[in-house]
Amino acid sequence: MTATATSARSDLSELGRSETALRTFLHGLPGVDQVGAEQRAAQLGTRSIKTTAKAQAIDLAIRMVDLTTLEGADTPGKVRALAAKALRPDPADPSCPHVGAVCVYPAMVPHVAEVLRGSGVHLASVATAFPSGQAPLEIKLADTRAAVEAGADEIDMVINRGAFLAGRYSEVHDEIVATKDACGDAHLKVILETGELATYDNVRRASWLAMLAGGDFIKTSTGKVPVAATLPVTLVMLEAVRDFRAATGRQVGVKPAGGIKTTKDAIKYLVMVNETVGADWLDPDWFRFGASSLLNDLLMQRTKLTTGVYPGPDYFTLD
Amino acid sequence: MFEYAPAPESRAIVDIRPTYGLFINGEFVDGGDPHKSINPATEEVLAEVSWADAADVDRAVRAAREAYDRVWGPMPGRDRAKYLFRIARLIQERSRELAVLESLDNGKPIRESRDVDLPLVAAHFFYYAGWADKLEYAGFGGRPTSQHSGPQPRPLGVAAQVIPWNFPLLMLAWKIAPALAAGNTVVLKPAETTPLTALLFAEICQQADLPAGVVNIVTGAGETGRALVEHPGVDKVAFTGSTEVGRAIARAVAGTRKKLTLELGGKAANIVFDDAPVDQAVEGIVNGIFFNQGHVCCAGSRLLVQESVADRVLESLKRRMAQLRVGDPLDKNTDIGAINSAAQLARIREISDSGSAEGAERWSPPCELPERGFWFAPTVFTGVTQAHRIAREEIFGPVLSVLTFRTPAEAVEKANNTPYGLSAGIWTDKGSRILWLADRLRAGVVWANTFNKFDPTSPFGGYKESGYGREGGRHGLEGYLNV
Amino acid sequence: MSERVAVRKTYKLFIGGKFPRSESGRSYLVQDTNVSLASRKDARDAVVAARAAVPGWAGATAYNRGQILYRVAEMLEGRREQFVALGVPADEVDAAIDRWVWYAGWSDKLPQVYGGANPVAGPYFNLSAPEPTGVVAVVAPQSPALLGLVSVVAPAIVTGNTVVAAASPSAPLAAVTLAEVLATSDLPGGVVNILTGRITETVPTLANHLDVNAIDLTGVTDADLATDLEVGAAQNLKRVLRPAPADHDWFADPGITRMTALLETKTVWHPKGT
Repeated sequence: MTATATSARSDLSELGRSETALRTFLHGLPGVDQVGAEQRAAQLGTRSIKTTAKAQAIDLAIRMVDLTTLEGADTPGKVRALAAKALRPDPADPSCPHVGAVCVYPAMVPHVAEVLRGSGVHLASVATAFPSGQAPLEIKLADTRAAVEAGADEIDMVINRGAFLAGRYSEVHDEIVATKDACGDAHLKVILETGELATYDNVRRASWLAMLAGGDFIKTSTGKVPVAATLPVTLVMLEAVRDFRAATGRQVGVKPAGGIKTTKDAIKYLVMVNETVGADWLDPDWFRFGASSLLNDLLMQRTKLTTGVYPGPDYFTLD
Repeated sequence: MFEYAPAPESRAIVDIRPTYGLFINGEFVDGGDPHKSINPATEEVLAEVSWADAADVDRAVRAAREAYDRVWGPMPGRDRAKYLFRIARLIQERSRELAVLESLDNGKPIRESRDVDLPLVAAHFFYYAGWADKLEYAGFGGRPTSQHSGPQPRPLGVAAQVIPWNFPLLMLAWKIAPALAAGNTVVLKPAETTPLTALLFAEICQQADLPAGVVNIVTGAGETGRALVEHPGVDKVAFTGSTEVGRAIARAVAGTRKKLTLELGGKAANIVFDDAPVDQAVEGIVNGIFFNQGHVCCAGSRLLVQESVADRVLESLKRRMAQLRVGDPLDKNTDIGAINSAAQLARIREISDSGSAEGAERWSPPCELPERGFWFAPTVFTGVTQAHRIAREEIFGPVLSVLTFRTPAEAVEKANNTPYGLSAGIWTDKGSRILWLADRLRAGVVWANTFNKFDPTSPFGGYKESGYGREGGRHGLEGYLNV
Repeated sequence: MSERVAVRKTYKLFIGGKFPRSESGRSYLVQDTNVSLASRKDARDAVVAARAAVPGWAGATAYNRGQILYRVAEMLEGRREQFVALGVPADEVDAAIDRWVWYAGWSDKLPQVYGGANPVAGPYFNLSAPEPTGVVAVVAPQSPALLGLVSVVAPAIVTGNTVVAAASPSAPLAAVTLAEVLATSDLPGGVVNILTGRITETVPTLANHLDVNAIDLTGVTDADLATDLEVGAAQNLKRVLRPAPADHDWFADPGITRMTALLETKTVWHPKGT
């Protein structure tokens, strides 16, 4: 087994050099049966997580939140308030953990950096002409460098879906490699925009492509197209990082983003992580939620568990 | 680590009486000969249930005959339909109660009784309810409900129905719904280890104001079943259970007028090719053999995996098996519940031990089994050949035998190399190969890129020694009409 | 000129497309003719021949089977007078010819009438189709010897089963002559095998044979024998057609139940997804 993994490792590193090799590899990945994948995801969604397990899951989920605002109307004041919330999600309860990261546009990075400095909360910036990625490569790379220089330690890039769907896998691959290079020490999250990839087979291929190109995380969505994160898409991506680690020894994180609004949703994802890839990924270093309104629901449920009383939304800060 | 806290379903919803008699002619009557029905997960006594003797069976058959002659036979199909729709609705309304009781009496996980058994039970009654006034469109010719004249098909009369313990209420639905829709009356014997949901169903018949004698439930074991199928007053025998008992019933009805349908054992091959959607295939393998603790006649108990991917598939399978949660059937997170009885547990152990003794390699994930009750860890045997007992005999437990093949033709040959022929599975992304295999597999149900799916519209039943006749769909009416 | 000496025909068994004598070397005198008296061994040989013919015949297209059954009707029509000369009433021969034509047309229709798509409550393609059960043993009615035999053999083979038929012991000449028709109708060898002789000798072997999938007891008149045969058939869960009532009208529309009783319904599921 070790021998196999080693030889697989050296093989995979060569794949990106040839369009043919890349295509052959990606199309040789096992297919995904849509109905079966969706049923498995739905079945995991029936797990009943109560009491102590729920409390544990809620705190873990809070620590995994990439608290996000990606609006044209974002201002320094808005993002600073968000960053403050990231540090102390529940001002009334000091035992409440901070979130995983704050995620903003590159122009907002400096304002957030001031607030987060030294806190342990990561600062993520979208880049590469988010959300469409439809810009020349130099501009995308410049976008990335600027964000890193301004203080982002995580970059959420978008893949070139047009190139992917047209079958130009090398182009997608090389862009990711170049962006990773532009990131320097910052972690690279690769947004697949699964809603535009349309099939689970494509999601699996795009996941492998992003990992082969050096992505540290694979992320479902920008939140800017109608279909964002779903449980089955995340399942397919979790299977990909699991198999990638088995083949190469390198662990890659997963970030579902968009549409995850409730504690119940978040717990379903955690159950899926637990039963698909296991405890190694049950950590903010390896699994994140790209979300905004989710945090307040997590806080409400947390309060309910600690106090026994259902609070209303007025008892939590809106930022 | 993320440990799931216990999430038990409340059993307060179920009101189990301390003793149950027989349900004959619309009433619960004393049957005598009480036997304990226990919860296989705890060995706790749930209730005492009468075992019917020949005289009780005779009363039940007479009641069914009377109801057939006077009420149910002459009743217009549209009215029979309404009673069946009513029953379907009552089952939906009381589904939680029925699911909890099923899990208590049978040992199956509440997730399955709640999400699989009960929805299918209601759907089955709903489906056949709609047939009751449309039998002339069922493709058998004529108007089956016109009574006692001419060559037109009509109901058979009194149906004797004997069902197993693995899906107590679902098997009841598969038997009673088409029988009643076609215009027959029934005497049904549930399995001796799982009588309680059938008795609750009797209450539902009362609640539906179903005319007395249309449905009769006689509880008991093999002797009760024998008295029922051998009773000269029955016109139809329907049995689901072991091939051994099926054979005995076929002999018992030889030379009589009784129409017979049998749904018996199986040793299904689940065939995985190198181009299979492997994650779904692994789910399918798990669902195929560990669904309902493997107490499934159509279980995918023989995994035939293409040799070129065998190691990879087995590695994935073992990793997946390690996630299976074995334990309290009423815990909503339990995947594998209790073995239904001490006798069945002994059988599973005996045949599994033969697998080890015959040289197959045995593996189970680490899992803690409760101390009381009947439990068996999910088990996989590798290095199995067609000559091993575990590759030929139906184990009826959570035990998978893994064999390999090299070519599609070899897969078909091995899959068909059994006296059984109930079901089969195929996993490949190549459509033409699926159809090629589906043509050649001698099995009544072929699941391609899925497994263990059931639907009231879809005929189910076996080839060869897996029995004859079909349940479900239009075909399911045929066994209850004189066509 | 002396009168020409006729060439008499030897009436033999029909097994695997050939006309062997009984391996036992025995015959019995019936209809003023020596006819082969089939043994248990002949019955077993016939099962082997029938089994060997299953893959080809069941695997043939329905169109092909229909063409061959129609060819049987053509050949039978051509030999109409020969059957009349054997004592078969002309209207019975005509009915037998018409029966082949009737069943020939069913080959590519029964799967549509008896199978189809099932509207399951989920994202699945779900199709049920009938398939032949395999090797079928049939006991032809004692009378009418020709129409009765045709009426039990044709519905079994039209769907792809192969048959071992025990002909009417008292009127076997029509059966053997029908075998000659079958042998010249492009019907593959072994699809129909015909045994002449005693029912009590050959049929128990067939009923107890584990490589026979179904048994049609239509021609069994002894109720105790029928029960014994059904008990034997239970050993491997053979599909059983019970004896026909004595007053059965062989000229009436036979319906489809003789075909459907010898079919297995196979249901195939497949998910629908992208």
